[in-house]
Amino acid sequence: MNYFFFPLEDWTNQFVDNWLLPVLGDFFNSFSGVLSIFINAVTNLFTFIPAEVIAIILALLAWRFAGKGMAIFTIIGALYLGSVDLWTGAMQTLSIVIVATFFSIVVGIPLGILTAKNRTLDHIVRPILDFMQTLPSFVYLIPAILLFGLGEVPAVISTFVFATPPAVRMTSLAIKQVPADIVEAAKAFGSTSWQLLVKVQLPNAIPTIMAGINQTIMLALSMAVIASMIGSPGLGSIVLSGISSVNVGLGLTGGLGIVVLAIILDRITQGLGKKA
Amino acid sequence: MHKIEVKNLTKIFGGNPKEGLKRLQAGEEKTKILKETGMTIGVDNASFYVKQGEFFVIMGLSGSGKSTLIRLINRLIEPTSGEVLIDGENITTMNKKELIAIRRKKLSMVFQNFALFPNRTVQENVEYGLEIQGHPKDDRAKKAIKAIHDVGLKGYEASYPNQLSGGMQQRVGLARALANDSDILLMDEAFSALDPLIRKEMQDELLRLQNKLGKTIIFITHDLDEALKLGDRIAIMKNGSIVQLGTAEEILENPANDYVSNFVEDVDRSKVLVAGQIMKQPDLITTWKDGPRVAVRKMEEAGLSSIFVVDKDKQLKGILTIDAAINAYKENKWVEDVLEHDFHSTTFDTPLNDLIGIAAESRFPIAVTENNRLLGIIVRVSILSGLILGKEQKEAIL
Repeated sequence: MNYFFFPLEDWTNQFVDNWLLPVLGDFFNSFSGVLSIFINAVTNLFTFIPAEVIAIILALLAWRFAGKGMAIFTIIGALYLGSVDLWTGAMQTLSIVIVATFFSIVVGIPLGILTAKNRTLDHIVRPILDFMQTLPSFVYLIPAILLFGLGEVPAVISTFVFATPPAVRMTSLAIKQVPADIVEAAKAFGSTSWQLLVKVQLPNAIPTIMAGINQTIMLALSMAVIASMIGSPGLGSIVLSGISSVNVGLGLTGGLGIVVLAIILDRITQGLGKKA
Repeated sequence: MHKIEVKNLTKIFGGNPKEGLKRLQAGEEKTKILKETGMTIGVDNASFYVKQGEFFVIMGLSGSGKSTLIRLINRLIEPTSGEVLIDGENITTMNKKELIAIRRKKLSMVFQNFALFPNRTVQENVEYGLEIQGHPKDDRAKKAIKAIHDVGLKGYEASYPNQLSGGMQQRVGLARALANDSDILLMDEAFSALDPLIRKEMQDELLRLQNKLGKTIIFITHDLDEALKLGDRIAIMKNGSIVQLGTAEEILENPANDYVSNFVEDVDRSKVLVAGQIMKQPDLITTWKDGPRVAVRKMEEAGLSSIFVVDKDKQLKGILTIDAAINAYKENKWVEDVLEHDFHSTTFDTPLNDLIGIAAESRFPIAVTENNRLLGIIVRVSILSGLILGKEQKEAIL
């Protein structure tokens, strides 16, 4: 099939070496700096607050949104994380997840609303989302290092790339799913587009949007682990060192920590969606 | 100037409405246009006016374009050509802002499937129109509560729509439209989703409100009986065109074409109605458990001067007048001892015509019986309305 040669590899490298880095390098550097301050602030907060306080807050949230059983599980999970000396790692992972999810939501929900209302935009955005979701994450981990260096920043960026699509898609779906007759009723009474959105569409879309946020958090967590390969601290790096030193016990210890964190986050956010 | 004037209003759905319009104006068949271009003619050159305070009914079967037509009037659907004048203002050329303003001030709508906001309480639903206009909270609460009382839903202000029955939900829909205080009500098959008894109740309620409030109403229905009962004037639609427009009498006496007369035939059948079709469920008392005191209370509640009495097996024992019941109560007698028997009874299959004479001379309702079991009763009003509108009572007892 090779009728002609498509030098995508060379072109991309030339683009990155000759243009992206020299021209936009400074921009990315300062962006990286700002983001890093933000991430560090969150991480410091979580590591500064005593573990017991965070565990109790999480347990209370779990109790409120997911029931008594989940609250007990949260306490046991926290005790586990402490007992295997993974608390700090878990908090680092949690910080990256929270920061990335924050950006995913801030970008994803408005974008989802816009794509629900504008078909052209929907047609443009949809393939980009497909691209973000299916492109193997390692492919953008490499340029992330080039542009943002090692550490939390590229981790948050690549997590953002991976975790934003469900926020966009589910928001778009949620808005489209609001029954046509109540949208019509709102219009018939003379609602402006903004009133229609805020008073009718969003309130009726919240359960589905919350399901999207739940998915975003779950994807962010899985990506935050993979991002340990580009130097992101946290539970992922424990697993990674377990793998690289063929230390099965260490791998399992870190892996279980991730599972515990995932279950707690999942149940709390799911419950949040149901209560909303 | 009329309240609403619709001039040559046309709506074509599909890719190239201009071409469709050209073909339509050139006199091409709608089916041909659909076949060759894939475009559907929703409404074809509709013209009519509605007077201030008039109850205007648009009737047609599904697919006749009536729901499209009503949405062209408040521009929920953009017309392809033609004009809609509301108080002389052309809504079809308005910009977004003017359109929103006129929808808020002059046009309220009630929907077939109620279209209530599920996340809002009854009161919040009713307040919606005022809320988006920025009315102060206590003012809109006051108006909403009044509208809720007007439609008979006092006490349900804090309920959510899914806690209410269909009939009650549509009352909320009606209250939501009334609270806005707009002079025009657009009602899109507003009662079609309700069961016959509730529908009849809602029709009466709407007529009562219309009497009181004097709104201009455009009411869509697929039910001719409903159209005849409610409409000051009725427009009958078929395939997007208005095929006849007139008062109920005009349409009944002088159907414009076969399509209309097919509908009207249904109504003519009321002339061959039988007793069983117009009888109604009686208020009853039973000898084996109700005493005179219960009888008096029941009659008072229902506003009756007499009531039929049956035994355990629904065997008709006689009729009890309110005077007799009060006497029995005072003198501590049994109900059976004061019953009267000079009422008329008839069978299920007796034609209505045979009952007219009896009804005129009898001071009691006519009992419809089978082997002396009471099936129902016929009051004079039922005979009269049975003669005019047949089917409705039929539906009401089913």
